[in-house]
Amino acid sequence: MKDKRPVNLDIGSMRLPITAWASITHRASGVFLFFAMVFLVWALDMSLRSPEDFATLQEVLTGPLAKLILWAIVAGLIYHALAGIKHIFMDFGIGESFEGGALAARFVIGLSVVLILLAGVLIW
Amino acid sequence: MVTAVTSFGRSGTSDWLVQRVSGVILLVYFLFIAAVVANGVDYASWSALFKQTWVRVFSLMALLSLAAHAWIGLWSVVTDYLTERMMGTTGNVLRISSQLVIALVLFVYVVWGVQVLWGY
Repeated sequence: MKDKRPVNLDIGSMRLPITAWASITHRASGVFLFFAMVFLVWALDMSLRSPEDFATLQEVLTGPLAKLILWAIVAGLIYHALAGIKHIFMDFGIGESFEGGALAARFVIGLSVVLILLAGVLIW
Repeated sequence: MVTAVTSFGRSGTSDWLVQRVSGVILLVYFLFIAAVVANGVDYASWSALFKQTWVRVFSLMALLSLAAHAWIGLWSVVTDYLTERMMGTTGNVLRISSQLVIALVLFVYVVWGVQVLWGY
């Protein structure tokens, strides 16, 4: 496309509504999970390799840094899953208005915070 | 201009559908694993679970869904931000190199996962 129409795609120059925040954090959490998956596949590998490796994994997961990483990954999964469910609702035409979208975004963010805190309690 | 050549199904509608179906599969698998882990596991029960054929099939289904889901999702991200319009020719170079790395990593996840599921 070589047309010369002016385009403003400079996100930094815009005030983002809550729906945009829900969208961009959904993307960011997806990118994060792509990288985090290496830890999850590694953990599955350790957990099934042998009883000794299972014990080593359990030992590793008692460390504060490991718990923090695990919590971050679980947080990413929770948020990405809830935002994904919101997406599917919208595909069915539910909450497509700006008010509906804003309400759904608030609901997803609020529920994520609660579930992420709950996951943190379970991990520690 | 970004063409459809690197998209998953070479069609937006196809990618849209695959993204939803794979997302639902991943959601169900995530809930399944979360429920098992939350109930507490030791090596014996965990490895017995993963010796069952249906768990291996379900896990592979999740793994393949992950590869497709991540490809489509990251395709949307890189074709939005790493583009000629955003940063000139550098955008094209960055986008194509990112996609090569993404494809390689996803391939490793799938093969590594298969090795874990059937190798022990």
